Amino acid sequence: MAQPHTPLTDEKLQPQPMGYDAPPPEAPKPKRQRLSPLNQRRWRNFRRNGRAFWSLIVFSILFGLSLFAEFIANDKPILVNYRGDFYMPIFRFYPETAFGGDFQTEAIYTDPEVQCLIATGGLDTCFDDPEGVIVDAAADGIVDGEELETGWSIWPIIPYSFNTPVDRAGAAPLPPNRQNWLGTDDRKRDVLARVIYGFRLSIMFTIIVTLFASIVGIVAGAVQGFFGGWLDLTFQRVIEIWQGIPMLYIIIILFAILGRSFWLLVFLMILFGWPALVGVVRAEFLRARNLEYVRAARALGVSNWTIMFRHMLPNAMVATLTMLPFIVTGTIGSLATLDFLGYGLPSSAPSLGEMTLQAKQNLQAPWLGFTAFFTFAIMLSLLVFIFEGVRDAFDPRKTFQ
Amino acid sequence: MSLLEVKDLRVAFRQDGQLIEAVRGVSFDVNKGETVAIVGESGSGKSVSALSTVSLLGDNAVTSGSVTFEGKQMVGASDDLLREVRGNDISFIFQEPMTSLNPLHTIEKQMAESLALHQGLSGDKARERILYLLDRVGIRDAESRLGAYPHQLSGGQRQRVMIAMALANKPLLLVADEPTTALDVTIQAQILELLAELKADEGMGLLFITHDLSIVRRIADRVFVMKNGEVVESGPTEALFADPQHPYTRMLLAAEATGSPLPVPEGTEELVATDNLRVWFPIQRGLFRKTVGHVKAVNEASIHVRAGETLGIVGESGSGKTTLALAVMRLISSEGRITFDGQDVRGWSTQDLRRARADMQIVFQDPFGSLSPRMTAEQIIAEGLTVHKIASDRPRRELVAEVMVEVGLDPATMDRYPHEFSGGQRQRIAIARAMILRPKLVVLDEPTSALDMTVQVQIVELLRNLQQKYGLAYLFISHDLKVVRAMSHRVMVMKQGDIVESGSAEAIFDAPREPYTQQLLAAALAR
Repeated sequence: MAQPHTPLTDEKLQPQPMGYDAPPPEAPKPKRQRLSPLNQRRWRNFRRNGRAFWSLIVFSILFGLSLFAEFIANDKPILVNYRGDFYMPIFRFYPETAFGGDFQTEAIYTDPEVQCLIATGGLDTCFDDPEGVIVDAAADGIVDGEELETGWSIWPIIPYSFNTPVDRAGAAPLPPNRQNWLGTDDRKRDVLARVIYGFRLSIMFTIIVTLFASIVGIVAGAVQGFFGGWLDLTFQRVIEIWQGIPMLYIIIILFAILGRSFWLLVFLMILFGWPALVGVVRAEFLRARNLEYVRAARALGVSNWTIMFRHMLPNAMVATLTMLPFIVTGTIGSLATLDFLGYGLPSSAPSLGEMTLQAKQNLQAPWLGFTAFFTFAIMLSLLVFIFEGVRDAFDPRKTFQ
Repeated sequence: MSLLEVKDLRVAFRQDGQLIEAVRGVSFDVNKGETVAIVGESGSGKSVSALSTVSLLGDNAVTSGSVTFEGKQMVGASDDLLREVRGNDISFIFQEPMTSLNPLHTIEKQMAESLALHQGLSGDKARERILYLLDRVGIRDAESRLGAYPHQLSGGQRQRVMIAMALANKPLLLVADEPTTALDVTIQAQILELLAELKADEGMGLLFITHDLSIVRRIADRVFVMKNGEVVESGPTEALFADPQHPYTRMLLAAEATGSPLPVPEGTEELVATDNLRVWFPIQRGLFRKTVGHVKAVNEASIHVRAGETLGIVGESGSGKTTLALAVMRLISSEGRITFDGQDVRGWSTQDLRRARADMQIVFQDPFGSLSPRMTAEQIIAEGLTVHKIASDRPRRELVAEVMVEVGLDPATMDRYPHEFSGGQRQRIAIARAMILRPKLVVLDEPTSALDMTVQVQIVELLRNLQQKYGLAYLFISHDLKVVRAMSHRVMVMKQGDIVESGSAEAIFDAPREPYTQQLLAAALAR
């Protein structure tokens, strides 16, 4: 017989006798999945780390802007008003004939004749003296005594795309002036436009590569750590051999066979990048597979894959996250290195590594070197600061005052 | 003058910009040659008070008040003074001897370090002193043990080495923070004896921190009872035990799992049985992994459990009790017949087994470790339902709420994460997770060991109620004989993989036949 004991202190409720026929207790409404308290604490810790937080804000703005690079630096107007109709050349192809020109090819909006055609509503005299006609039309809307349907066009701040040749006198590379804020490179392309596109390309490249390399690496590490034994042993040897393959040669050979392309480079970087995370994830899983909550899940009859990805992975994520910054910065570095060596993206692509190479070849044009240096320095510093903050925020022992 | 005098000590921890008070205005003192015990449940601030005497707390602790040791003020003392006092005049012994010793250093090296640091002893002189000390703490054949690494020693031996290290510099005060909690009962008794003897010989003060009142009664001269960072009652041991004043002290004293389960009705079906169950782990050596021997974790174990019956399995650590239970649940492989619900388990495929998991559940010792920290209580409890695709016309959350009420949890807390619950509540979650599938057999692997006494009582009560209501069969594993007595119909005593004795609970507890059982009972139930 149970004897009476002292009153409860630790618990709020006494167990209530209840069978199947008793009225069911009220289940609380499921809350909207907000941040868990742990993540709230992490976010608070991250916010307190001023350098990391401001780095995140600056980086978000820069990356956000670069995502709209076409609206900032482009050789096509954002919006054209021609004879009362609106055209958006950024999104659509318009032949020159649409604006009263002669060619079926796409209108070259930087060409004075096309600009004149738009401004005057397709006046024939544009072909003889475009600049004069534009000035004439802009003054009063009347050319040769004829009233015109004047048009206008809104241009991006930088009227060059990353591959637009600049119409400027002199031998390339040209120094910075009001036309080209950071000068031009040795093929007379606007440096600022190339920096904006190059920044976006670098970040997108590293995001894609890191994402897929992490997925492959985490799955591989999880499988190895969870099952252990022979599978682990064999897999580790395979990875050792895999890491011994010189990536650079493979890239050179495959580029020679298949031609250079962005996606091929992405594929190859993932192919050789995934083992970076395997070690960490594997170690976490080897540790966690003997913990009691994993045993408890197994006793419940939960399947192996559910245990791995529902129970163990969330707990292994902290170690994985601390590893990610190295992959991100490493990938940016690899892309720049390949481009610098000339084995990277096609030469027309807006590549920061290629700009660095040009800076090396044109020491008389310091604006190239400085631009490349500061772009890399700022981009990598921001990323390092952000990830440093993330790592500290995940550290359970770190206290911020 | 007292050796150590603590007055109005306050300790707070900074966390997320807030100050959380752990100790609020505690005063106590220790005289030379006296044993003072601080008693309290987990979270009462007893360890924090002791550690703060020589500023051993982390950087986020804010200490105020006065701590004087031999007249010297320790709060806000310089690092030099603190270093001189630590390990020299005040020594510490901690709970877990495995983690307090560096696993990569030999015993000699660890002990020599402290001797060199505080006494400047080295070479043969240091060696001589180490041998003397090891001999003093009762390590036989000390010379051969000098080159041993911590993992080569047993738990009791490790704790002895820790004590030898603490004594190395002839401290005036020894602070023992739960020194016997991690040890088996028989070894516990030996360590306590050793401490009492050493204290008497060396004439040092002993500050003993524990949650176990029976130890206090055995060893302490004076007792301070702490609750929520305050001392609620203090006095000489005899007086305090004889006539406790504060209701909390009374409650602590009364907190003991008592009573016994209702008898199982005659003619109940047998649920689980094993026939000479054997779990041997092969020892493999050499290039071709030839099996040269076996670690015999469980030998020839035959058990029979009927529905609604509890079989208590007792034994010291390493006796194979957990291994046996895991083998019965088929979580590790074994030899020998196991029948569950009349069927031979051995022939079952992985699929069959997974289906049968709904009928056999397990509750682990450590409620902190057995709940995945990134799942909410609702997700944890409901997982079994999803796994076994238990179709119900009622929503999942309602079923979870029902079982939560049943185990004494507030259903409103189901969206919280494990760290937001207390130890006892977490153990209730673990029990709810097992109960929601309405199992027939539940293995309880030390379900109360990590909990405070008052909470233990509640959990035992809960488990007994659930058993009565649903006719559950329990395999109850514990080294705590009082809890086993309160829970079990039949008891089995294990030692080094062998079943030493088994029989009805009354028979084992009232008239143990084997000497080992007698020794175990004497150590555990001594008062």
